[in-house]
Amino acid sequence: MTDVSPHNAPSEAPAIADAPPAYVQIARMLWRDKLALCAAIFLFIVVLCALFGPMLLEDVATKQNLRGRNAPPFDFSLHWTMWLGGDALGRPLLARIIVAAQNTMMVAAGAVVCAMIIGTGLGLIAGYSNKAGSQVIMRLADVIMSFPSLLLAVIVLYMLEPAVGNLIIVLAITRIPIYLRTCRAEVLEIRERMFVQAAKVMGASTNRIVFRHILPVVFPTLVTIATLDFAFVMLAESSLSFLGIGIQPPEITWGLMVAQGRSYLTTAWWLSFWPGLAIILTTLSLNLLSNWMRTALDPVQRWRLEIARKKK
Amino acid sequence: MNHLLQVKDLSVDFHTAQGTVHAVRGVTWHLDRGETLAILGESGSGKSVSASAIMNLIDCPPGEIVSGEILFEGRDILKMSEDERRDLNGRRIAMIFQDPLSHLNPVYTVGFQIAEMMTAHGTPKSKARERTMELLKRVGIPDYENKIDTYPHQFSGGQRQRLMIAMALAMKPDILIADEPTTALDVTVQAQILELLEELQAETGMGLLLITHDLGVVAEVADRVVVMNKGEIVESGTATQVYKAPVHPYTKKLIAAVPGEGEMAQPVGGEEPILKIEGLSKAYGAFTALDSATLTVLPRETVAIVGESGSGKSTLAKTILRLEDATGGAAFYEGRDLVTMAPAELFDLRREIQMVFQDPTQSLNPRMSVFDIISEAFVIHPEILPKSEWKSKVRELLDHVGLDASHMHRYPHQFSGGQRQRIAIARALALAPRLIICDEAVSALDVSIQAQVIQLLKRLQDELGLSYLFIAHDLPLVRDFAHRVVVMQGGRIVEQGPVREIFENPKEQYTKDLLAASPHPDPEVQAERRKARMQLEKTA
Repeated sequence: MTDVSPHNAPSEAPAIADAPPAYVQIARMLWRDKLALCAAIFLFIVVLCALFGPMLLEDVATKQNLRGRNAPPFDFSLHWTMWLGGDALGRPLLARIIVAAQNTMMVAAGAVVCAMIIGTGLGLIAGYSNKAGSQVIMRLADVIMSFPSLLLAVIVLYMLEPAVGNLIIVLAITRIPIYLRTCRAEVLEIRERMFVQAAKVMGASTNRIVFRHILPVVFPTLVTIATLDFAFVMLAESSLSFLGIGIQPPEITWGLMVAQGRSYLTTAWWLSFWPGLAIILTTLSLNLLSNWMRTALDPVQRWRLEIARKKK
Repeated sequence: MNHLLQVKDLSVDFHTAQGTVHAVRGVTWHLDRGETLAILGESGSGKSVSASAIMNLIDCPPGEIVSGEILFEGRDILKMSEDERRDLNGRRIAMIFQDPLSHLNPVYTVGFQIAEMMTAHGTPKSKARERTMELLKRVGIPDYENKIDTYPHQFSGGQRQRLMIAMALAMKPDILIADEPTTALDVTVQAQILELLEELQAETGMGLLLITHDLGVVAEVADRVVVMNKGEIVESGTATQVYKAPVHPYTKKLIAAVPGEGEMAQPVGGEEPILKIEGLSKAYGAFTALDSATLTVLPRETVAIVGESGSGKSTLAKTILRLEDATGGAAFYEGRDLVTMAPAELFDLRREIQMVFQDPTQSLNPRMSVFDIISEAFVIHPEILPKSEWKSKVRELLDHVGLDASHMHRYPHQFSGGQRQRIAIARALALAPRLIICDEAVSALDVSIQAQVIQLLKRLQDELGLSYLFIAHDLPLVRDFAHRVVVMQGGRIVEQGPVREIFENPKEQYTKDLLAASPHPDPEVQAERRKARMQLEKTA
């Protein structure tokens, strides 16, 4: 993030050593927090799967093999894609999880990022502008919140085609109020702080005050909410798929795989377990990483990641 | 001889992530019945730690009482069980705090909270209420029969401190510990509270332990004083002894730093005023915060605005800077009216008028480095300086305010309070202003740091030809620094004039009260002042 980066001031005065470049600092701080490092590596793998999985394993993942119906996991005599077992049609679970990563990530990340950007933007406006503007935005948020989010999704997706793009839009809209309200509440508090007044006295423009002074303080809170929201969106997407208005087979997502495996839960637990595990690990990693990021972004807390951990 | 309370060789450590902090080391003092002992020290000196140890308020861990004993009537309370100590707290040893609002529960009536103190120690309810009435009357709450069933927010700051005192005295304790009891209060209220404490002590014969940073408070009430620095006692003796003949260099420095002793400045003469305020008013609905203020500031002049909380002095600053919009009047900066100025013109003028805020911890963005904070001025006003010269200019500014320029990549929390205020001053100077408005700019700082910052401001005035509008509640400070003084009360200017005239020959009753109430660090002078104050009260 912009905040971690040192100043890009020209270093013409040799006496004052500039801080090392931003990426070195980030890497060092990540190295100090081993849990966050694991989380970052895991997320990196998930992103790789999402980018290249469908390209490489699309055929394997959709090929039915009735002899391998509900094949149990850990049978290492089979092809490696079957090591986590096979689904009800004998398709290899591991390959399907890798391929499904793309749709899952696209929907979840798309919805969360859209909701966060729009919600934060509106929240900043609502918090910093005059009362009338704030009222309009807040009532709009109330309207969205008063609708059960799934009901809204059902109505919209029933009328529109259940494509990935539409799914993202619907899920994003239902999540906007959370960011909006948090952001506005924080802005209302921060705008009264003295450093904001000090900036005003210097003649700082509204843009500068909002983006340079207020947003960096609000941002860590919003990122923390976003990571928690990630899991919610993944599950919401799966329930929509379950109702038949989300992503439809043969397209796959993790949520859809969990839903499909449910009828076999007593006989073949692995059908739901592995995609469920993928969801849990992704969410957990995001949480750990956001926790690390909150510390890393806060100059007051940053020393925790900068000093070597003492042995007791 | 057996003392009522005796602290012997007490050492307390705090184990933090950055290592162990020795909060107090080998502290020894004692307190007798009917005596007032003051523990004097600046922030971080460990002056509150021994009191916290007495009241069992130290969290262990991270705190650890490494060594020492605290004898109360000959028994070591550190070796007592939790139950015994709880019984002692409140009943035999009571404590009052700096900020009464945060120590009163907002959802219970004050009568209930005072009575609770007694019922917790086994007094029957009806009797407790009767005694609560008595106490409220004694500490001087007007209309106490009705006020007993009201809530803390319905009282003023001074009255809340009276309530805290009533609560502490409920069980007739042998010892009252007062931790900065008047720091959050105005000087006139401070004088009343200290008077009340002295009266109560004379009545009950309790020992009073007063923890303070203010030499004036010590002079007013203390019999003996213990001076602490960095966790150690550097000096102890009677109040007069310590003030008149300090031995330790730290004590000498502390006493030398006390404002109100230096030569008063001569008025600045002659020139056209840089700032001319005419009938400036600000009302919030029906409430008038500022009532037609009229004053002028000459170039190279320091005009101090003094007054107690709610007198409208901060509102005046905010209206001049257009942080608040005035509801009437005009403020001319070199002939141009700030109140009606268009935003574009105002933007240019921002360079000329800057502000230094009260609390540097809050006025510096915690997420920006010192370089970012100071160079922000150049980002906002890019015409001042090309980007390639920012760094050298920031170095120069930091040098100017006496900070190490190599620290420019650090963040505000890595500096001490005084250093932070220097950063704030450097930021104000970055725009090369001609007028700086200081809103209680040194109130949050320790006395010795205060003196340094004032020195800095004076030096900058000489070097750069600055004018200051210096808002303060501390009269001795103003006496040393200002050329002219403006006294405000309830939103109005009641008196203004050259500093010598205000201090030596005040005309308004309010100014006289203010001067009489502000404590002098010399116990003998203070005793005389108190006499004068009593006289003033009798005549009034």
